Amino acid sequence: MLTILFDGIAYGMLLFVLACGLAVTLGLMNFVNLAHGAFAMAGGYVTVVTVNRYGVPFFAALLLAFFVSALLGLIMERTLYRRVYGKPHLDQVLFTIGLVFMAVTMVDYVMGSSQVFVQLPAWLQGQDVFFGVGIGRYRLLIIVICGLLTIALQLILSKTRFGSRLRAAVDDARVAGGLGINVNRVFAVTFAFGSGLAGLGGALGAEILGLDPIFPLKYMIYFLIVVTVGGTSSITGPFLASLLLGIGDVAGKYYVPTLGSFVIYTIMIVVLIWRPQGLFARGTAR
Amino acid sequence: MNDISPKLVAGRLVARAHWHPLEFLFWAAAFASIWLLPGKYLILTEIAWLGLFALSLDLILGYAGIVSLGHAAFFGFGAYCAALLAKHEIINEPVLALIVSGVAAMLLGFVTSFLVLRGSDLTRIMVTLGVALLLRELANRMGWLTGGADGLQGVEMKPILGLWRFDMFGHNGYVYCLIVLFLLFLLARRIVYSPFGLSLQAIKDNPLRASAVGINVNLRLVAIYTIAAGYAGIAGALLAQTSAFASLAVFDFERSADLLLVLIIGGTGYLYGGLIGALIFKILQDWLSHLTPQYWPFWIGLLLVVIVLVGRERIGSWTLPFRTLANRFDWRRKESFGGGQA
Repeated sequence: MLTILFDGIAYGMLLFVLACGLAVTLGLMNFVNLAHGAFAMAGGYVTVVTVNRYGVPFFAALLLAFFVSALLGLIMERTLYRRVYGKPHLDQVLFTIGLVFMAVTMVDYVMGSSQVFVQLPAWLQGQDVFFGVGIGRYRLLIIVICGLLTIALQLILSKTRFGSRLRAAVDDARVAGGLGINVNRVFAVTFAFGSGLAGLGGALGAEILGLDPIFPLKYMIYFLIVVTVGGTSSITGPFLASLLLGIGDVAGKYYVPTLGSFVIYTIMIVVLIWRPQGLFARGTAR
Repeated sequence: MNDISPKLVAGRLVARAHWHPLEFLFWAAAFASIWLLPGKYLILTEIAWLGLFALSLDLILGYAGIVSLGHAAFFGFGAYCAALLAKHEIINEPVLALIVSGVAAMLLGFVTSFLVLRGSDLTRIMVTLGVALLLRELANRMGWLTGGADGLQGVEMKPILGLWRFDMFGHNGYVYCLIVLFLLFLLARRIVYSPFGLSLQAIKDNPLRASAVGINVNLRLVAIYTIAAGYAGIAGALLAQTSAFASLAVFDFERSADLLLVLIIGGTGYLYGGLIGALIFKILQDWLSHLTPQYWPFWIGLLLVVIVLVGRERIGSWTLPFRTLANRFDWRRKESFGGGQA
């Protein structure tokens, strides 16, 4: 029982790191980025290749995954994404679906279509038992890393100058621009950072979620659930939503395996109907 | 032309609903393909049901402005309905089974239409996507009924109207699909040029203003969504009947995404977009999958990206020279002015 809770929390935290970049892009530019998972996949494959082929230490590979995905995000944002911001949602959806298709086939072409795994260091494998609760070491690591990241994000967002600029831009981009904030640059940096986080999440999650070329399609709906259920106005919303989703999904698959992902989709639709702005959104209508 | 009387406007609208010479040409070519392209029945059949499917999306996207990323839900529902009806020999006659499947999909559309009334584009995208995924998961889990991941096998189709059986060359299947497509197209044409269809376009342009002039926005959206769902269901049923098979792939996200591409290639909001798009898309897909059997989605993705970057309006304008040419032979123009002076 507690083990399921633990696994669920680890899974949820992972989802949060994967999806929080998407929450910011959606909130800031009202941009529907269905290709967010592609950056996560990039991070995952960077880790797999560097660790398995070149013997890079696992943690160095994680950092590398972050920076490669962030760089990729920055390049994509500057060259392609920025042309689509002003367009209708339909165009954004078409555009990002196109990117997903391209990413999926490119990875398929380069890496092959089978599922790949990261060779974890020996000390990260296996399970320890604390007070009768089985705790996987790797999952514990995920919780620690993602927990620290969440705290860091919260601090950046609430304490630093950049964070207040970002919040101002999310609240009202035009007024923020009028006050001398370079919204475009704030957005580019945030996009790159969000992509980097997705890459890190993909690298960490390769072991748990499984990594194959259709990763962006498979988990797209999960990211979207996190964002829509959690709302895009704060970071706590998506965080709580991912925890709920993680625990709900793991528990659902354990207790009622016959229903599968059914529960999750139903919850999402109900929440969307009930509160289109998200479950934890602030009362203000945007 | 300064005084715009209701009579003049009405005359224009009625004139707009008359058949364009190109439309006759289009359907003449479509029916001529039965005799002119005998070796291509399989791909022609696919074009026919894909065209119908895209037509269905055009009804809600091009005319009512609802962005859907889960239209495959109704398509798949119709496909499974038709396949199950035939497999368990509940309704043996394909045309009747087709109608029943369409009505079933309409019911599903009616129920889920209330979900797309609320919220922004994003909420609609999510909800439609969620419904399609939900149905896919349902079909996957209910293996005793649907065959699960293996698909529904052992479906045997009875002859159409008891007279024409589905032959192995696909001739009768194609003729059947084409006739269904044509009849439903006539119906759709009637719908979009009716006052109801015009009110939908008003809603698409500005829902608030539409409701201010007395259009019941929600009711109309529910109606068109239900109709479109029925169209999609019939398209799916045609696929199931002509291929005598239904699998989970009918619910795939890729199917909804490809459908958007089909409609975008052809252009939205003039009914022929879906049909032309289906023609181009299938030929393109056929050609690409011959070149690179495994990697053709890459080129489809590239096409989507390019279309958006260039701009959908500019992509759609490639038909402009043809349209101006056709307008020279257009006998409706006289009538439209005549209606104004009367």
